[in-house]
Amino acid sequence: MAEPAAMETEMTCREAMRAALRESIIDDDRVVLMGEDVGAYGGCFAVSSGLFDELGSERIIDTPLSELGFVGAGIGAALGGMRPIVEIMTGNFSLLALDQIVNTAATLRHMSGGQLGVPIVIRLATGGGRQLAAQHSHSFDGWFGHIPGIKVWSPGVAEDFRWMLSAALADPDPVLIFEHVGLYGRSGPVGARSDAGDPERAVIRRPGRDLSLITFGGTLPMVLDAATELFGDGVDAEVVDLRCLRPLDTSTMVESVRRTHRAVIIDEGWRSGGISAEVSARLAEHCFYDLDAPIGRVCSREVPMPYPAHLEAAALPSVERIVEAARAAMDATVVVETW
Amino acid sequence: MTTRMELLRTMLFMRRFEERCVPLYQQQAIRGFLHLSVGQEAVAAGVGSLLGPDDSVVGTYREHIHALAKGVPADAIMAEMFGRISGCSGGRGGSMHLFSADHRFYGGNAIVAGGLPLAVGLGLADTHFGRSGVCACFFGEGAMAEGAFHESMNLAALWKSPVLFACENNLYAMGTSLERSAASTDLAMRAGSHAMPALSVDGMDVEAVIEATQRALVHLRAGQGPVFVEYRTYRFRPHSMYDPELYRTKQEVERWRERDPLTMLGDRLRASGELDDEMWSAMLAEVDDEIEVAVERAEAGGIEPVDDLARYVLAEVDHG
Ligand SMILES: Cc1ncc(C[n+]2csc(CCOP(=O)(O)OP(=O)(O)O)c2C)c(N)n1
Repeated sequence: MAEPAAMETEMTCREAMRAALRESIIDDDRVVLMGEDVGAYGGCFAVSSGLFDELGSERIIDTPLSELGFVGAGIGAALGGMRPIVEIMTGNFSLLALDQIVNTAATLRHMSGGQLGVPIVIRLATGGGRQLAAQHSHSFDGWFGHIPGIKVWSPGVAEDFRWMLSAALADPDPVLIFEHVGLYGRSGPVGARSDAGDPERAVIRRPGRDLSLITFGGTLPMVLDAATELFGDGVDAEVVDLRCLRPLDTSTMVESVRRTHRAVIIDEGWRSGGISAEVSARLAEHCFYDLDAPIGRVCSREVPMPYPAHLEAAALPSVERIVEAARAAMDATVVVETW
Repeated sequence: MTTRMELLRTMLFMRRFEERCVPLYQQQAIRGFLHLSVGQEAVAAGVGSLLGPDDSVVGTYREHIHALAKGVPADAIMAEMFGRISGCSGGRGGSMHLFSADHRFYGGNAIVAGGLPLAVGLGLADTHFGRSGVCACFFGEGAMAEGAFHESMNLAALWKSPVLFACENNLYAMGTSLERSAASTDLAMRAGSHAMPALSVDGMDVEAVIEATQRALVHLRAGQGPVFVEYRTYRFRPHSMYDPELYRTKQEVERWRERDPLTMLGDRLRASGELDDEMWSAMLAEVDDEIEVAVERAEAGGIEPVDDLARYVLAEVDHG
């Protein structure tokens, strides 16, 4: 058995996920990590660094560049009783494996009339902000959230990086964990597993009375910064971290908005047909008569990610855009972003 | 016919151009991912010397020197890496996404094996319109594990699409060596199973590269369908600027450096009396000056206004 984590330590999201991987593989013979360069190279984002030497090539499996093949093999291994953790280097590359995820992992339980389940965990690095341009920077988390038959989790704090993996492995169905690359280097407190709670429940990261800022994953830190800035201006914002995009915890967001009467949704994905649209629709369905202002949204601009720093920054959500949208909600106006 | 001195200069230019990128990256003038081909110049220079303006090229994210080989100006490539409007992709693409329609240089693709199907289609279009062009498609040996590789090979062979499948086997896909990622490491044999000629050649020797590529081009230009060539080469530098290189030894890199394509050709030229120290120094100075001009122009280049962010998503149609 891996030694239990000490109570309340500070660690980076990268270290937290590494500790979770290590623990899961040591504690359960059925678990392996597989993916491109997870082993000898030490992981593209150094998440699995050191594990290959410690745990060996049978538990930390370097795969060839065959996303469709090794994700599908992971699904097969799960059918065969293993508990594979498959790492896809970035969300953009998951598109090469989309067929196996959507047509197989998400459907087997249903098509087989409940005979088969696919307990696979797929981890993907996601998100922009590093000038990696239009084939390495996109957020498809909300898009995967559209698919029944899989679960989509998105840790935004070190504690969730530490504890979501074991919960995902315990789940009888496919779980996709989207890890925003901008979070790996950020630190946060990590307590006991029980402190992290059910990963499928949204969490209020900052209570507030005046409006609800609803987000998840990579944008959480900037939303908290925006809330601090707004507080300086006398606006007390509540920050809701969705944590899970499928199944979406409707009640936590609805209760928050019923208290604050105003909502702004922040999502690094594109606006059209994205998760922000789904959250907005649910709020409209459940909170229409509680709202004192139109629902606001801050999303990525609808362009493939441009390379230059100034254009990438303008394409992504920012503290400035969040504060602007929050102020508009306070004035009961709305900044309708038309693109 | 390109002379051996011209080939040496081309390779030297590629080498110095990419080495110049390193401090520029450290100074953060170049951002994002930066993949250099240092050590692999003989392939791009050799193949490039045999292509004409009607031929097309498809590259990878390690494509600076393929763009140079296809005649894309160094100024425009450097400016692209700086994210300037004067860049060959208007600054939108960066190092991994160089494009130049005028030069029939179709990228700049950062999805491993993502360019191969494009190459099949480019070849198909050339055949369809009765054009003489062929498409040279570069990729690494790592890409051969992708489904897109096998699908493209079959399509090209089936349709007799004039594609030169130019595999740069540098032995590593990031940190994964060929023998750790392929059950069969005989690349030409694997490619040959798709019913096309498949050759394997020393990719450190530019003259061997040219000889093999010439043979391939005869077949391609005669309309007999695609050819696969494995160029056995090596990258001297890390995969990108972040790679701690835990997967290979310094000695291995040193051994390969003994077969540096520039030294190999340089030594031959010295032996035959075509090159001496003075000529070499003059060539180096001239190349470096040219590169410095490219850097200065890139630095002086403008950036796009933020108001234009939403451009280039769809065709700009004038509805006025
Ligand atoms: C579909 C896809 N998977 C993974 C990656 C990440 N990646 C970028 S380069 C690379 C190695 C490719 O090796 P190879 O094809 O041999 O070319 P080389 O880099 O050696 O030139 C990997 C894994 C990617 N860009 N695209």
